[in-house]
Amino acid sequence: MSKFKKKKSGDMPAVNTASLPDIVFMLLFFFMVATVMRQNTLKIENNLPFADQVEKLDKKDLVMYIYAGKPSANYKQYGKETRIQLNDDFASVKEIAAFIAAERASKREELIPFLTTALKVDSDANMGLIGDIKQELRKVNALKINYTTKKGSVLGRE
Amino acid sequence: MAKRAAPEVNAGSMADIAFLLLIFFLVTTTIETDSGINRKLPPMEESEEDVVIKQKNIFTVLLNGKDQLLVEDELMELKDLRQAAKEFLDNGGDGSCDYCNGKKDKSSSDNPDKAIISLKNERETTYKTYIAVQNELVAAYNELRNARAQSLYGKPFDEMEENYKDVNWPGNKERLKERIDQIKIDYPQKLSEVQQ
Repeated sequence: MSKFKKKKSGDMPAVNTASLPDIVFMLLFFFMVATVMRQNTLKIENNLPFADQVEKLDKKDLVMYIYAGKPSANYKQYGKETRIQLNDDFASVKEIAAFIAAERASKREELIPFLTTALKVDSDANMGLIGDIKQELRKVNALKINYTTKKGSVLGRE
Repeated sequence: MAKRAAPEVNAGSMADIAFLLLIFFLVTTTIETDSGINRKLPPMEESEEDVVIKQKNIFTVLLNGKDQLLVEDELMELKDLRQAAKEFLDNGGDGSCDYCNGKKDKSSSDNPDKAIISLKNERETTYKTYIAVQNELVAAYNELRNARAQSLYGKPFDEMEENYKDVNWPGNKERLKERIDQIKIDYPQKLSEVQQ
């Protein structure tokens, strides 16, 4: 045995991995800080369409989200028609006014004019529902809207 | 009596634990997309008097239930829409617009201030197509504004807006704001949507 052991002296020393945990922790903290937990549990399919002339929504606390899409696989009992989702549950068009009022009540008064409504709508939804939502938003005077999209070319993807 | 040193805790599995946490966060979190096309809805109260707009100043875009595009009563592909909209907006038919590069066609729009794009869709139109059309129309405005800003101030319009939002931008913000407003007056975004 000693015959083989002799060789070791000339070998490369093993790479020191003592700092590996530090590196991993660094990555861990980055991801913990950079990512945002979802506010709402989605009960609908939400595959956003693509657009390239997008503007950023900068103030996250001044955005009200309205989701729409087909009920996802776990909620098939709600049918196949496109539905609206407000907060954590399905809603009808009529409930939008109450939702906007509740959102406004939860914000400071001077911020209310800056509130934006972000429409996160599935790309396969049809415009009838969107028209209804828009009409409802006009009634409660929530005129600033944003069609949330993914960044990408419109023409390339179908 | 020799002091008994406390046995050291084995930290070899620390990396494994950290990896486990890392993977958990990687999988559970989604980076939210919060960008999109901003629009302003018209207020509810209808003005009493009807505004008379000449037919030639309106650029009608109709999206039917089968996602087909009808522009000024002619079928059109989505990829040609941007160019058509640009030509319409930049026409400058009455000669009052000295910065327009259009054809000065008498039968098309008078000037960018009067030109209105009217978008109509049916209930069966899919959202995807609607967004694509909106995107193309906004792109037409943006390209014209970019060209105008480039010729006036030597900088594209989107860069100017970006600078305006940037807190660390060193230049004169008030002057930049004036310039941005000037471009917006030159090419106002007049996009009207027909309500069913």
